[in-house]
Amino acid sequence: MTSPSLDELAARITPGTLVAIPPDYSGVPMALTRALVARNARDLHVLAVPTSGIQIDVLIGAGCVAGLEAAAVTLGEFGLAPRFTAAIRAGSIRMRDTTCPAVHAALQASEKGVPFLPLRGLIGSDILRHRADWKLADNPFSSGDPIVYLPAIKPDVAIFHATKADRDGNVWIGRRRELVTMAHAAARTLVTVEEIVEGSLLDDETIAAGVLPGLYVEAVAEAPRGAWPLGLQDLYAADEAELARYAEAARSEAGFRAWLDRFLGAWPAAA
Amino acid sequence: MDIARTRLLIAVISRMLAGCRTVAVGNSSPIPGAATLLARAMGAGSMRVLMLGSLQNNSFTDGGRELFDCAAQGRIDAFFLSGGQIDGEANLNLVGAGEYPRWQHRFPGSFGSAYLYYLIPRVILFREEHTARVLVPKVDFVSAPGTSPPEVYRQGGPAALVTGRCVFDFDRAARRFRLASLHPGETAETVRANTGFTYDAPADVPATLPPSEAELAVLNGQVAAEIAETYPRFAAALFGRRSAA
Repeated sequence: MTSPSLDELAARITPGTLVAIPPDYSGVPMALTRALVARNARDLHVLAVPTSGIQIDVLIGAGCVAGLEAAAVTLGEFGLAPRFTAAIRAGSIRMRDTTCPAVHAALQASEKGVPFLPLRGLIGSDILRHRADWKLADNPFSSGDPIVYLPAIKPDVAIFHATKADRDGNVWIGRRRELVTMAHAAARTLVTVEEIVEGSLLDDETIAAGVLPGLYVEAVAEAPRGAWPLGLQDLYAADEAELARYAEAARSEAGFRAWLDRFLGAWPAAA
Repeated sequence: MDIARTRLLIAVISRMLAGCRTVAVGNSSPIPGAATLLARAMGAGSMRVLMLGSLQNNSFTDGGRELFDCAAQGRIDAFFLSGGQIDGEANLNLVGAGEYPRWQHRFPGSFGSAYLYYLIPRVILFREEHTARVLVPKVDFVSAPGTSPPEVYRQGGPAALVTGRCVFDFDRAARRFRLASLHPGETAETVRANTGFTYDAPADVPATLPPSEAELAVLNGQVAAEIAETYPRFAAALFGRRSAA
């Protein structure tokens, strides 16, 4: 496994790529997000698994995003995601609304290599009405039982941040198993970690089940405090002051630009 | 924060969970979360709580999908949903007000509502803001419908709507809310004036039962300590307490 720089990692995410990103409670790769913005990434199609917050708001505000599929975009207790909201209003990104379990199920279909999975719920929702790619069909085993079929989603690239990896590309993810689903489903997975450790994470039977094997991982880059200003598992908490500053600044285009300049310039000193 | 009202809302929601074996609480839900912890404490701890965002009260280990799989397996008895708009047939809109797709007001999104509303038997709707802008005649976008035709697989749906002014029960057969109780300071008229949809109401609407001494003691003690783990700011505002962490 190679160990590229953050910039080299970001360079592998080319225009037109479908990128899967994790939710705020998992490992959000903010250092890699900064590298993408610094490289002026363009025309990304993003799948939030299944929601996103400051990461997608920064990418949208910086003009990196052409399309987004998400079950929700929010800064949580810091309010609406302002650049996302502005982009929807301007019609500058193509938004596909979904619901959390539909994202998980569509990725699971790719995990299994099958073309679709059926999912309960959804019937009568306007989410379904606006999704020409989803099909309302009959349960083939029981008549009179309508059910929604979701096509598999195969992201070109999955990206996330985790606490540690070894030199074989094995990544410790603990109980954050949506990261495993993302990596199984995606054609390629690029990971950032707090640190790369010696030895193999698979040698210890007590932690092996919490490891994403290097089989699924194309590259790992080191990025200390790489989720900042978000938190990472039990390692460090979210920087609430910085998230509040972002939420306030990003309410205007000019405020967002000023915050972004600081974000691009400050790393990792401010972290 | 209106502390007395917040405590009342917690107590009201908590009582609706009586008899539930397993209750799940979604993200950004401090009042339903505190209500669930109160119900567990009042029920001598026999209730299982699955609170997203918590480490101490969340035993999921299979990633984001586990809550949804668990609901589909029938293991979750009660859950909470809200809406940027809620209409008189209990349809929820978490996507936007105005016109699709550019919306005058874009909301965060539907989260798991378009699934969990169908599968969890007792869904309690909670929206503290009780105005005609939230409680509308018809939602601009249906994230999740309140009811479904008989051929649609549906194990669950709305049981009640709790707001900052009152409690409504929901009659799934009639597809209508019924005013069940009024919080302190509210009248049938103030509720009517601030509700955009039509609903049924008895001639005499009872007052919402305030929290009992026993409920307040548990709320201010055990629940205050437990909820601070997940919602430190909320706990500090409501109980003047900081998380030990």
